[in-house]
Amino acid sequence: MSVYTGHFGELGLGLLVTVELTGSAFVLSVVIAVVVSACRVAPVKPLRLFGTGFVEVFQNIPLLVWLAVFMFALPEIGLEFDLFPTATIAVALYTSAYYAEAIRSGINSIGPGQTEAARALGLGFRQLLRHVVLPQALRAMLQPIGTITIGLLMNTALVAGVGVLDLTEAAHRVILVEADPLPVFLGIGVVYGLLALTISALFSALNRKLAPPR
Amino acid sequence: MTRPGPSLFDAPGPLGRRRIRIATAAATVLGLALLGLALRQFAVNGQLDRDKWAPYGTMVMWRYLLTGLLNTVFAAAVTLLLSCLFGILLALACLSKHAAVRVPARCFLEVFRVLPPVLLILFALFVLPRYGLDLPLLWKLVVPLTANRSAQLAVVFRAGIAGLDPGQREAAAALGMRQAGTMVHVVLPQALRNVLPSLVSQTVGIVKDTSLGLFVSYLELLKSAQVLAAFNHLLIQSYLVVALVYLLVNYSLSRLARWLDARRSPGISGNREKKYQSR
Repeated sequence: MSVYTGHFGELGLGLLVTVELTGSAFVLSVVIAVVVSACRVAPVKPLRLFGTGFVEVFQNIPLLVWLAVFMFALPEIGLEFDLFPTATIAVALYTSAYYAEAIRSGINSIGPGQTEAARALGLGFRQLLRHVVLPQALRAMLQPIGTITIGLLMNTALVAGVGVLDLTEAAHRVILVEADPLPVFLGIGVVYGLLALTISALFSALNRKLAPPR
Repeated sequence: MTRPGPSLFDAPGPLGRRRIRIATAAATVLGLALLGLALRQFAVNGQLDRDKWAPYGTMVMWRYLLTGLLNTVFAAAVTLLLSCLFGILLALACLSKHAAVRVPARCFLEVFRVLPPVLLILFALFVLPRYGLDLPLLWKLVVPLTANRSAQLAVVFRAGIAGLDPGQREAAAALGMRQAGTMVHVVLPQALRNVLPSLVSQTVGIVKDTSLGLFVSYLELLKSAQVLAAFNHLLIQSYLVVALVYLLVNYSLSRLARWLDARRSPGISGNREKKYQSR
């Protein structure tokens, strides 16, 4: 037990950083993803190109490479910010590509007949989105978004590689000084499992809330 | 993907067409302005100078980067093979009738799907040697990645197996085939073909995962870039070139996955598979 109590401060701080990073990256990436998916369905070709390019570029390059680019490369052209915001932005941009894809397939899961019927009833673009497309699309995209959010939690562990003191990096430092590191490792694993469970519980609660009334 | 999305917009009239034209022009100008701003930022800081990019046109450089890429491909291939093997076994175990097989397999699945690969790598790097198990360099990367990826692949395989038309299995039973034979000759070949597109997109994930070689100092692409940048002090150039290589490799794989997905006859397993994949 002394393994935990001896390093409680460091590990607790690391946990806090992981939770903060996950939370802020989640908010930021959802905002980016909404903008990007709006671009992808827009009738304006340059915007569509931008949306598609954004998703391809961020999905096909590893997050660790993005972190390296943001941390080590961008300062070379005078773009240097604090460690935590930089990590948040890199993680958020990477994750937002996945959210954008989930949002798009959520919208695409709606049959063309739905929007045609809505327009035939005389609904305008806003009414169409508000009453027909979004209620159905939100339900369809909730599960994938939950899965991606758990992935986001796991991905925040990568910031340990560029020097952010998150839970994984805290565990790394404790493991280096402890003679018997197995309990620390198992404890950290349990914490990640609990965090993932929390996220999935939040999303199933949201799912129940959004379920159609029967 | 194959199904066309809903048409969010009505066919534009004269006014709508003019608005779209204006928006197109505005977006183009904005995009070019941003591009120009980015280039200016490079130029102001002297990162567009000829001598800063010239090294990346030499043979020596490409031979070096190609070695990194080969190491990446090798690690990814080993991880893919092992994860497929364990993934199939896990999927079969998860669907087993015997609780003694099923329960541990499901526990493994749930646990290793939420443990960050980085944490597993730290385990192989620092914890295992403390207990007398010091894996060779490549395996310090491949074993943790395989543990994580086989759990994810098992979900894909399980969905493929469970998503197969039950008539196939019943027909095999009616023909007098045994369970093992049904699995090997009837269910698995069809299930594997159905999940092939997902398998290819998982490969993209594996290629991206190998960048964790940075932690274990396995000289794959990203680690090569880091070593290179430390050596020639061309940070932004090295990382951007390597990012471009990753983009090319993974974009091709993504396109292949999409092509396979579109080629597959729709409706065989698509829906059920999806249901399982996103828990």
